[in-house]
Amino acid sequence: MPAQAVTTAKLPGMKPILKIEDLVVEYRTREFGQRVTVAVNRLSLEVFPGEVFGFLGPNGAGKTTTVNVLLGFVPVTRGAAYIFNVNVRDPIARQRIGYLPELTYYYKFLTAEELLRFYARIFRIPRAEIGPRIDEVLKLVGLDTARKRPIKTYSKGMQQRIGLAQALINEPDLLILDEPTSGLDPIGRMNVREMIQRLKSKGKTVFFSSHELGEVETVCDRVAILHQGELKATGRVSDLVEKYKCNLEQAFLKVIGYEPGHE
Amino acid sequence: MNNALSVASIVIKELYRRKDFYVLFVLTAIITLLMGSLHFFNDDRIVRYLKEICLLLIWISALAIAVGTSARQIPAERENRTIFPLLAKPITRGQLIAGKFLGCWLACGLALIVFYFFFGVISVSREHQWAAASFFQALWLHWWMLGVVVAMTLLGSVVFAAPSSNGTICLLIILSILLLGRHLNKVAVQLAEPMSGVVSAVYFAVPHLELFDVRDLVVHNWDPINWLICVGATLYAAAYAIFFLFATWLVFRRQLVLRWQPGCSPGTRVGRAAALSPIACWAS
Ligand SMILES: Nc1ncnc2c1ncn2[C@@H]1O[C@H](COP(=O)(O)OP(=O)(O)O)[C@@H](O)[C@H]1O
Ligand SMILES: [Mg+2]
Repeated sequence: MPAQAVTTAKLPGMKPILKIEDLVVEYRTREFGQRVTVAVNRLSLEVFPGEVFGFLGPNGAGKTTTVNVLLGFVPVTRGAAYIFNVNVRDPIARQRIGYLPELTYYYKFLTAEELLRFYARIFRIPRAEIGPRIDEVLKLVGLDTARKRPIKTYSKGMQQRIGLAQALINEPDLLILDEPTSGLDPIGRMNVREMIQRLKSKGKTVFFSSHELGEVETVCDRVAILHQGELKATGRVSDLVEKYKCNLEQAFLKVIGYEPGHE
Repeated sequence: MNNALSVASIVIKELYRRKDFYVLFVLTAIITLLMGSLHFFNDDRIVRYLKEICLLLIWISALAIAVGTSARQIPAERENRTIFPLLAKPITRGQLIAGKFLGCWLACGLALIVFYFFFGVISVSREHQWAAASFFQALWLHWWMLGVVVAMTLLGSVVFAAPSSNGTICLLIILSILLLGRHLNKVAVQLAEPMSGVVSAVYFAVPHLELFDVRDLVVHNWDPINWLICVGATLYAAAYAIFFLFATWLVFRRQLVLRWQPGCSPGTRVGRAAALSPIACWAS
């Protein structure tokens, strides 16, 4: 198997919807003088329209940092990132994306409906469309019956679902999900997986980070494996499996240089 | 502007759904009513004295509301991480700050209207005269002063990490300006040179919040001050509020959304260790 087949799945003439070029992100910590942590080191990737892209890596690999760069939360040290060909520093880059943060509480004193209405207004969705849109996403995530309850009464799984609902309120073309299934029970995970599949069938692009390899295998078209801020491999799941002659989990461990039995 | 107004409406919604706001309001209402029911009101001096106490209470409650709510806004967004989904929308950080400011300031305005309404109704019912213009000026200038206070506290909330220390520091600064601000120049004259220069610099730099305190007009039913002065004071407050908001934006713009992420600062080492051993994370 030639290595090129593993690194790209580019169709000729297709423009990437998300592009990361030679990205370097450093954090400076004040304690113990100016210590620099390199969270992401020379990362380049492209995600194409209609793909489900899994962004894999162990804890601390730099996944959340990369996602935070895509949303303009963290300044880049070097390199650049583009969404729909717009530099992520520009707020307008975020008009057509939906984002589910890693761990968030939503405004506890609002109801699901009020929260979605607030976000819909920021997206400048026309007034007449807001109501039907809210009905639609609440039905999609199954929070229809709890829509008039304040969010502080929600369970953890419901919190995650309101998170998904807010990510979908603007009918985004690109979804960025940061560990969408972490902290959910098996049913919750399955729901999220089904949701991703449904979005894919509607032609949306999904970029999600995860360290749960099981779910990745079933839903992703392509994956990238990140370790200590560096890209170790990208490609189709099937190609990776073929290349390393083992299942995704073992391939993952090989890629990040972990030898079972050591340590 | 649309985005700022949306954020402002959320700030106000939170305020009226929180209980501690009602506590302050009920407290002031009770005290106002109690004093209103006193029968000593036919003595002029006592009437004036009671009005002074009422107004003082209104000033203290309004300051507590202004500092308390605005000190909390941005730190609470960070702590609950609601700032992530919010800033992931097409909203700029400047709009977020403008919205927080507008929300807090309008909420202060609503609280002031309620306080002054209670106070006005009771004093009119006892005194049977009402210096409407002076009353309006007192309310108006009070509100603009709170605008400066809110903007200043917002700046503090992005500079100091802990919201409670920010609230305390801001309250102390504001109270010292209110109580000492007008005397600083006299103090400066009496000091030796290096200190004298510093004190007069402070005198010229701080926003003179005490200028907005025209409670005496209401207490003594005096005629309103010159309207031009009133307009000037409004512009003065607006300039300081804009300056503080601009400074807030300058600081906030360059900040990481979260200065410390979980599994980061003290946990940096934990994060590192987990990265080195994948088993550690599969197990979790
Ligand atoms: N705000 C921060 N300040 C300093 N270091 C950070 C910060 N956020 C993350 N890091 C460090 O950057 C590295 C990558 O973290 P992160 O992107 O959160 O990884 P992941 O999401 O893959 O678990 C870790 O070593 C982490 O300790
Ligand atoms: Mg993460």
